[in-house]
Amino acid sequence: MTRILLRGGRLLDPGDDTDAVCDLLIEDGRIVGRGNDLRVEGATVLDVAGRWVAPGFIDLHSHLREPGQEYKEDIATGGRSAAAGGFTAVACMANTHPVNDDPATTDFILDRAEHDSPARVYPVAAATKGLEGKVMTEMAALVAAGARAFSDDGKTIMDSGVMRRVFEYSRLVDAPVITHAEDRTLVAGGVVNEGPVSTRLGLPGNPGLAEVVHISRDLMLARATGAHLHVAHVSTRGGVEQIRMARDLGVHVTAEVTPHHLTLTDEEALEFDTNAKVAPPLRSADDRDACRAGLADGTLDAIATDHAPHALHEKELDFREAPPGMIGFETAVGVTLELVRSGELAPLEWVRRLSTHPARILRVAGGTLARDSIADVTIVDPERAWIFDPAKGFSKSGNSPWAGRALVGRATHTIVGGRLVYDLERGILT
Amino acid sequence: MIGRDLLGIEDLDRDEIERILDTAGHMCEIGTRDVKKVPTLRGRTIINLFFEASTRTRASFEIAGKRLSADVINFSPSSSSLKKAESILDTAKTLDAMDPDAVVVRHGVAGVPRRIADVLDAPVINAGDGAHEHPTQALLDCFTVRQVKGRIDGLTVTIVGDILHSRVARSNIHVFRKLGAEVRVAAPPTMIPADIEPTFGVKAFTSLRESLEGTDVVMALRIQNERLEGAFFPSVREYSATFGSDRAKLQYAKEDAIVMHPGPINRGVELSHDLADHRPSVILDQVRNGVALRMAVLYLFAGRPRAAAVAGGTG
Repeated sequence: MTRILLRGGRLLDPGDDTDAVCDLLIEDGRIVGRGNDLRVEGATVLDVAGRWVAPGFIDLHSHLREPGQEYKEDIATGGRSAAAGGFTAVACMANTHPVNDDPATTDFILDRAEHDSPARVYPVAAATKGLEGKVMTEMAALVAAGARAFSDDGKTIMDSGVMRRVFEYSRLVDAPVITHAEDRTLVAGGVVNEGPVSTRLGLPGNPGLAEVVHISRDLMLARATGAHLHVAHVSTRGGVEQIRMARDLGVHVTAEVTPHHLTLTDEEALEFDTNAKVAPPLRSADDRDACRAGLADGTLDAIATDHAPHALHEKELDFREAPPGMIGFETAVGVTLELVRSGELAPLEWVRRLSTHPARILRVAGGTLARDSIADVTIVDPERAWIFDPAKGFSKSGNSPWAGRALVGRATHTIVGGRLVYDLERGILT
Repeated sequence: MIGRDLLGIEDLDRDEIERILDTAGHMCEIGTRDVKKVPTLRGRTIINLFFEASTRTRASFEIAGKRLSADVINFSPSSSSLKKAESILDTAKTLDAMDPDAVVVRHGVAGVPRRIADVLDAPVINAGDGAHEHPTQALLDCFTVRQVKGRIDGLTVTIVGDILHSRVARSNIHVFRKLGAEVRVAAPPTMIPADIEPTFGVKAFTSLRESLEGTDVVMALRIQNERLEGAFFPSVREYSATFGSDRAKLQYAKEDAIVMHPGPINRGVELSHDLADHRPSVILDQVRNGVALRMAVLYLFAGRPRAAAVAGGTG
């Protein structure tokens, strides 16, 4: 019997709206009790006074690159990076090689994760074969194999007829359909947000309109079909407004926003730094503020990183050719705590968007510290000041606009299934 | 003190611009001699690194370097060796290891000269990057206007054509604004970049006539027929009718207005024949001044003692 006693931390449990200093007892992979001054025989005691104790963070959006692009990341390194960032579970997108569009690939990913990853891994399967936007995947078989959601992610399904059938069919399996909502005909090769920055730099602009138009299409398709639409990485004021309106109409829609769209703007690209190239692009300050307000008022349900590792030689290409994306697991806590310090999110609400809502969206265990729930726990030091150095991180890649920047707040312990898998002082524990 | 690199007009202040223009003024005379060569850059090596095809600009830089007695090497990586996966920075570092005194870079994508400058010891001179900047073109345009008009301050300059895809437009907007001119742009709405008025402090027009009223300088840009026709404007015929300049339309501008074009001209599209070939066109003056201006740039950026140049700035 393994027991861990977390002593003296500030318990933040959105499951029952607890926000109080309290001990927490974990036994054999389950939460078994909470209370003041718990005394337990034979328990490993962690003194977490001054820390926040939260249900494990779940990242709805990441790219682990295995199989096929192990030079960027693999399930072992991605899983370690996730755990070091405080994530007890991550959902990984299907754009691997081969594409995760059949049960064998899903099975492979889960097998690798079980052996190699300290964090749980929830595969997101492709919505269409080969991410080609034509033939839908075998959703029932994929769910049986362990897929938790369906998405063609960056290979946005432009054919509205195909998208309608994907939504309709997804009701068979009760899994969300995640869309990277960008109308490719409006993106038209744009690589930075269309506006003053694209005008100054002479780089092709990607208009916010590309997202707004596509979100509204998907919302109407979801409304007509009754499917669960989850909108990935919302980046525009218009996108937030569309989702808010659709929810009022009763559409089953959830949405996420990334740490970078919450805190950075298109001006990051002014020095042609390809680490600031991401899809959808970093937007204007007005869009960023609308995303923050949308996250605060609940229009946007979750914070998701879109962790997207790329090798240095790829990011060294010119701004048009360099692949979009940035790593995000290890910086997510430090970056998004800015919204707590500013008063935009109460600590409990911040945890809800990193844990409880993602669990509900994926229909997985977690998101609560209630008795008998799984003991996935994230412990955060909200005051810890540190400088992010990708070379000291766990990802194989270092493409991050926060490299070398000071952050405040960091995960200090990550517990998965009752086992301590990460400790800031000791690293990944195997 | 001018920085190590010449990457864009946006980075220069008024004094630096005027120093380059004044230096070009001294260089003009050399081109009128029987022996058009001075020893100023003897023993110096200048590499023209052109990733994108160019005839005029490359020839202009080459002649400028040779008139200053520099050794000029043209390096144009073939398109086949320029596959996506190949690193531009590797190419640049390879050339840098041969210790050039300046590298003149042209590339089809905005920002590449800056990225190259980040890794090079040698000064980098931008000879055009995507739709971003073409600083030597703007400087020679400015030099030409100053030569003809005697000043820049208080003039009104109207740039007509595909502003969206034009590095010449961007650099000229910066240079003329910094020297005190009012800058206007005129184009079909599809070819005016987003938020251009607040971003650049220019006035944007979709009527050529209105844009020309009271203008001292009309600068027509080349329209890229093959790439843009049908997508950004319906047809060459319609473009020419609405935004092409001829003597009749020039009547809307000031009586002594001059006409410029960075070349090469699509005759009968941006400019009518008679306007292209005769005064008030100053197009050949632009070309001639281009050599003097680039001599000035090479002198100022490639002619410094090497150690001082390296220590001189961050670019």
